Amino acid sequence: MKNEYIPFPSQVREIIRHTDIEYTFRMSFSGSVKPGQFFEVSIPKYGEAPISVSGIGAGTVDLTIRRVGKVTAQIFERYEGSVLPMRGPYGNGFDIENYKGKELVVIAGGTGLSPVKGVVDYFCEHPEEAVSTTLIAGFKSPQDILFRQDFERWESALQVIKTVDSAPEGYRGLTGMVTKYIPDLPIVDVSNTDFITVGPPAMIRFTIMEILKRGVPEQNIWISHERKMCCGLGKCGHCKMNDTYVCLDGPVFNYAESKHLID
Amino acid sequence: MGYQIPRQKADRLFARLKQNYTIYAPKLFAGDGCFSDTDIIRYGKITDLDEIEWNRRSDYSFKEALLAINEVLFYFTEGETTVPPCPEKKLLIFLRSCDLHAVKRLDTIYLKNGAEDFYYSRLREKARFVLMGCWETCDTGFCASMDTNRSEQYDLYLKLSGSSLWADCKSEELQPYFAEAEGTVCDVQPDSVTENKEKVTLPRKLSVESFQNPIWESYGSRCIGCGRCNFVCPTCTCFTMQDILYRDNANVGERRRVWASCQVDGYTDIAGGNSFRKKQSERLRFRVMHKIYDFEKRFGFPMCVGCGRCDAICPEYISYTNIINQLAKEET
Repeated sequence: MKNEYIPFPSQVREIIRHTDIEYTFRMSFSGSVKPGQFFEVSIPKYGEAPISVSGIGAGTVDLTIRRVGKVTAQIFERYEGSVLPMRGPYGNGFDIENYKGKELVVIAGGTGLSPVKGVVDYFCEHPEEAVSTTLIAGFKSPQDILFRQDFERWESALQVIKTVDSAPEGYRGLTGMVTKYIPDLPIVDVSNTDFITVGPPAMIRFTIMEILKRGVPEQNIWISHERKMCCGLGKCGHCKMNDTYVCLDGPVFNYAESKHLID
Repeated sequence: MGYQIPRQKADRLFARLKQNYTIYAPKLFAGDGCFSDTDIIRYGKITDLDEIEWNRRSDYSFKEALLAINEVLFYFTEGETTVPPCPEKKLLIFLRSCDLHAVKRLDTIYLKNGAEDFYYSRLREKARFVLMGCWETCDTGFCASMDTNRSEQYDLYLKLSGSSLWADCKSEELQPYFAEAEGTVCDVQPDSVTENKEKVTLPRKLSVESFQNPIWESYGSRCIGCGRCNFVCPTCTCFTMQDILYRDNANVGERRRVWASCQVDGYTDIAGGNSFRKKQSERLRFRVMHKIYDFEKRFGFPMCVGCGRCDAICPEYISYTNIINQLAKEET
């Protein structure tokens, strides 16, 4: 029987620096993996942290990591060419098939863009497979914007609204919360429109309120939850909500099926 | 097959069992209780039949025989990990009917919820269960209400009474020990209680609305978040990862999993500062709803086995039994 708790070594192939505390680590990995799934990055002596897959390449997965805790601080001490032990992937991830032939709107806040970035990348490469694809990405300030290079690519193929909560005078980009841009989104057929929203719990709550105001059916809304996880395997119990284990049944949930979940 | 075995021969039988099994049973630790001059009954390895506490329910459950309080998952040096070997001997675990029903709950989480757990599985395969009878009810248990007062799933039933050991052996593996013991073959039925002092009716109409019930606040406001209810519960299985470094060589250490409590601060904290159940009443709700609603919704049977240990151990005298009964009463 496989011992799931033992991490495997993965080469750090490349590091993409977005901000002082947010880097993308391009890791070697050749197994099957979906956007929205996660790995436990597992650093002996420091512990483990569940990190979403923010991109999938040939023989690589991207992990976009924010330096906020003990384990992630340690990851930032490791540099290009070194090895990070990790285990996974875990969780269900996003199913691209759900969004083909639809009007797709992705609304992400901060690092919440990571788990859904694989979906955005897919429709950026295959724009003809969706009726339309819109990305609304919100960041705290201009300094906090992630995936700057990716935005250039996305902006050429998709409708992109990149906004910051607040900016210094003279900032030429969009400002305001992501929710500000939902009422005016051009939607042709609400019943054929799917929304994916990922970000801090408060952002998700207000975003869903705005989406529902547009008359979008609940089953067309998808969210990804963030919870404490020690195992990723349905054992440690930390991520449980009602009868649901976020690590096994999520982290991606259909809103209609998951709106009753209470911590 | 049932046997009556005279005490001397029973001791010889026990000595033979000991050679092949590590035996866990409830033991009395005199003076070790939380308060002065109090005792505690918890599990330990035993080498003699007389070490077993036969009469009283243990304060802590058998679960530490299968899930150590601290369990080393692996040792690490700079580049290598080493998994500790599984103990070679099989386990013989003495427990009462409520706890034997709890084994099914542990199996459900560790073997059926997602992939099988490597560490639990390898130990579980070696575990054999010895049922201890209950001839009178304990104070806070409500096994009869939960239908856990009887169990047929034992490998062996044992009772020490008078100058004899009474046994009912269901396991083929253990049968030879009894065949050799020169006892008298007879019919032996496990003692079990049919009624408890505490009677519980499970609420059957719980729903998402139940989360808003003011009962959580009224009981939860007394909770101090010590987590004892989780640690004594035979069906609580949560753990947290912990990396330990050795003092004499900071590059060497071990990763452990340690028992965790959903009532204690930190259980839902994520890096960056968010946490999901800040109030004690939310944590109490989480625990009770898991025991009587969420688990059953997912797996088809209630998690709680009615051992009553949580009520007995609570320093704030919060009665889980009363909460359940009140929820049920509100439904009528």
